[in-house]
Amino acid sequence: MHCGRDGQCGVWVKTGGGAAVAVLEFVKQVLAVAEAEARKLRHDPMELFTRAVQPTLWLVVFGQVMSRVRAIPTGEMSYLDFMAPGILAQSVIFIAIFYGISLIWERDLGVLHKYLVSPAYRGALVCGKAVSAGLRALTQAFIVYLLSLALGVHLKLTLLAIVGVLFAIFLGAAIFSTFSLVVACLVKTRERFMGIGQVLTMPLFFASNAIYPLSLMPQWLRFISHINPLTYQVDALRALMVEGGRAAVGLGIDFAVQALVLLILLRIAARLYPNAVN
Amino acid sequence: MNGGRSTVAESQAQSQAQPQAQAQAEATPPAEAAPPAIETFGLTRRFGSLVAVDNLTLSVRAGSIFGLLGPNGAGKSTTIKMLTTLLPPSEGSARVAGCDVVREAREVRRRIGYVPQLLSADGALTGYENLLIFAKLYGVPRAEREERIWQALELMGLKEAAHMLVRQYSGGMIRRLEIAQAVLHRPSVLFMDEPTVGLDPVARRAVWEHVRELRRRSGVTVLITTHYMEEADELCDEVAIVHLGRVAAVGTPTALKAAVGPEASLDDVFVHYTGSSIETGGSFRDALRTRRTVRRLG
Ligand SMILES: Nc1ncnc2c1ncn2[C@@H]1O[C@H](COP(=O)(O)OP(=O)(O)OP(=O)(O)O)[C@@H](O)[C@H]1O
Ligand SMILES: [Mg+2]
Repeated sequence: MHCGRDGQCGVWVKTGGGAAVAVLEFVKQVLAVAEAEARKLRHDPMELFTRAVQPTLWLVVFGQVMSRVRAIPTGEMSYLDFMAPGILAQSVIFIAIFYGISLIWERDLGVLHKYLVSPAYRGALVCGKAVSAGLRALTQAFIVYLLSLALGVHLKLTLLAIVGVLFAIFLGAAIFSTFSLVVACLVKTRERFMGIGQVLTMPLFFASNAIYPLSLMPQWLRFISHINPLTYQVDALRALMVEGGRAAVGLGIDFAVQALVLLILLRIAARLYPNAVN
Repeated sequence: MNGGRSTVAESQAQSQAQPQAQAQAEATPPAEAAPPAIETFGLTRRFGSLVAVDNLTLSVRAGSIFGLLGPNGAGKSTTIKMLTTLLPPSEGSARVAGCDVVREAREVRRRIGYVPQLLSADGALTGYENLLIFAKLYGVPRAEREERIWQALELMGLKEAAHMLVRQYSGGMIRRLEIAQAVLHRPSVLFMDEPTVGLDPVARRAVWEHVRELRRRSGVTVLITTHYMEEADELCDEVAIVHLGRVAAVGTPTALKAAVGPEASLDDVFVHYTGSSIETGGSFRDALRTRRTVRRLG
């Protein structure tokens, strides 16, 4: 009971040691955090449907109109085919980027304090949040796929393609939710957080290849879009999701860039996370 | 958990020497024989130029229920945050359950439970799920998980409500759930920051009963902060009155009262040491918190 008495402080760590044990512990903690999110989603599935509104508007209204106008040259592909992956990416990212608000909620309520007082690795708590955001994003994919089918988008429906898309989305959601977590750790109030979120989303969207190809952009915009992770997300999705879609940047680079960005963000978030309560 | 219980006989023998404390000591497992569960040495925390906790030196006997009393802003929560590793001290050090809160933070976390001042159970999950997630987070072995969860629920009188969403719980039930959540991994020290704020008298008493029962069964050391003098008087073996980040007085409620006057209540003791009644003031933060509590429950 009292480690002081038997003088065993720290022995736990050493005897329980070994990288494998630590990794297993880490993974279990990540899953525990994500499980909480999954269970919440199960209790309140309504939330998922309210999120269908935005992608529906973009695809049905904007997409339909623009493909009539033929204002944007997309090569062999129809504009709707070109745009569907962009809208999927957008709907995933717009949700992920506000994910940090839940951290502020949890902080205001005291839920976060409880997590931080547990012996869980701070990194595991942060990864758990990223996985949670990924889970939410998967449901977005489901909605966008249904819409796309209804609109006659030429989706690749092979298992490999779908798994690839889900993986890409998971990664994208993880990146932007972790970014959002970092912002939440820094700004600390709901109002400021929402302000920043709103300021960021539209530029992110327009400075990417989501609704027009990179080749169409003026030089300066193309430069910006190349430092925008959303571009790599869309590029990967375009290659994986629709018939005749090609990655303008390259699938390998798309995933490598995203993985790198995610790792960096996770490290920053794990560092900042414990300070969020103060 | 068992370590403390073996010294009951000793503790009783010692407590006979101090008749004032006898009533409480009977229920208290270890006495001076065991090292203190919590020790702070010149613990200090500054926020800018504000000294929230000022050179605090305290020692809490293992197995006791210790109360930190003080008006709003006295530094109670800040002290608890440092002891639970949430906030690094600006100066000084502290040991909890034998481990240093800065250098051995992870070890400390394994050995403590914490019920924050704010409501901390997740309203979008059921009571059972709240416990399940934390059992997993603390690495409670799978074979024991279910048993421990149901034990904790039973101990806190929440078995029937286990599968209800916490959003639908009453304030008292949420508090009890939070205590269940905080003791699932069998901590040796439990921190509770104003566990009964916003509860009606019946719910408040229920929480006290459950804390006593918990201590009786597991020998856990409990540190609570409270505004209610009556609560401190009834529940705590020892109290420290904190004022402006400093300890103004420490002792058993009985001893403190006796020192102030023959008929003195703990309220009088409080006024004596802090120069203010506990009822006065109430900061914006305090009001905000109470409202939030109410909103959360309503
Ligand atoms: N993160 C922070 N930044 C700046 N000042 C803080 C911070 N946290 C606490 N303080 C200040 O430190 C002092 C002590 O606060 P603390 O929350 O510890 O008081 P308390 O005794 O718990 O009060 P209460 O009874 O209202 O809960 C207060 O003056 C408070 O405003
Ligand atoms: Mg407080």
